[in-house]
Amino acid sequence: MIRDISEQGLFACPRCDLLHVDPEAGENCTVRCARCHAVLLAPRTGALTQVFVLAVTALILMVAAVWFPFLDLRVAGLTNKTSLLDAIFAFSSGTLLPLSFAVAALIVLIPALRFAAVAYTLWPLLRDRPPFRHARAMFRLAEVLRPWAMAEIFIVGVAVALVKVAGLASISIGPAFWAFCALVVVAALHDNYMCRWTIWKSLEQGRT
Amino acid sequence: MTTAHTAGFVACDRCGLVYAQDCADCTRCGSALQTRAPLSLQRTMAWLMAGLIAYLPANIYPMLLTSTLLERQESTILGGVVDLVHHGSFGVAFIVFAASVVIPVGKFLALFYLVFAVRRHWAMNSHQRHVMLEIVEFIGRWSMIDVFVVAILSALVQLDTVATINPGVAAVSFALSVVFTMLAAQSLDPRLIWDEAEATP
Repeated sequence: MIRDISEQGLFACPRCDLLHVDPEAGENCTVRCARCHAVLLAPRTGALTQVFVLAVTALILMVAAVWFPFLDLRVAGLTNKTSLLDAIFAFSSGTLLPLSFAVAALIVLIPALRFAAVAYTLWPLLRDRPPFRHARAMFRLAEVLRPWAMAEIFIVGVAVALVKVAGLASISIGPAFWAFCALVVVAALHDNYMCRWTIWKSLEQGRT
Repeated sequence: MTTAHTAGFVACDRCGLVYAQDCADCTRCGSALQTRAPLSLQRTMAWLMAGLIAYLPANIYPMLLTSTLLERQESTILGGVVDLVHHGSFGVAFIVFAASVVIPVGKFLALFYLVFAVRRHWAMNSHQRHVMLEIVEFIGRWSMIDVFVVAILSALVQLDTVATINPGVAAVSFALSVVFTMLAAQSLDPRLIWDEAEATP
């Protein structure tokens, strides 16, 4: 028979498997693993609200970043306006097409999906309602996608590209560029405030 | 030090709850429970090999195809770095060189070392190894910079006959190499590194 009940009062470090007696942290304290120093829990007052708001903000900024013009290039009377989507479909000629899907996924789809999944998970919790259906799967998805959301790497790539063409042409920066920069900052804050342990625990308590 | 494994339990590696050995799924987060990731070292090695195979053509074939009124130019990853140095943009040349040469090569070496160290039970500080794996996981994604640079350049510089930049085949194999090595780093179960600390007191 399979017992699907967790051992009460025990907690193992997800990185090194060291057993801890159920760690309880006061608000705004960080508990680290005694052996490998991985952060186990870092609950903060109002963190769920902050994380939710930041995720929604990031989604709105993402819409702006895709919608507005990104960069304009001017050389000798010729102009080329580029949106984020143009950058993505730069690879769309012939054999390089799969790469444009990959770039689209890494800089737009995966970050957007991740913020949407977090918002979906947290919204009922904030209103003291039971979690939505599949909230666990959604939050797990958000966690799995985390290393694959590369918005911050893209913005450094843009900076490098700008330096490369700066000598050849004049470039004007559009609102989408700033929206994307803001998105990177918001995403960093979002990751920083998120305490996974608190969210898993709230999801568990909300269900029962 | 007592781990969940030595105490006869199995712990969820996503949310940290501890269960008896015969439990299959975590009740809190729904992940499958595994004492240690199955075939972790083999998977890491396989992804690493795939990454290495993809990294070779990435350096041989051109990354960027630049055509202007006067000339057509193909530049590889290293060629691009050399061009930047000639233009005097040392900072950017350094970023590109770090992202597309130093980080990938360092990552290959670090992961090979970690796999062999765990497999052959080489004695070493588990802390250092764990930090090494965390650095590889954290920094590995940043190699993608060069692919994004190529994407932006080829979208921006499309001025009919005056100047156009198009992506080369190396962009695809480089992107694949980054993805494969990221998967390699994720496949390595950090708990294996710490098991060594238990085995060698």
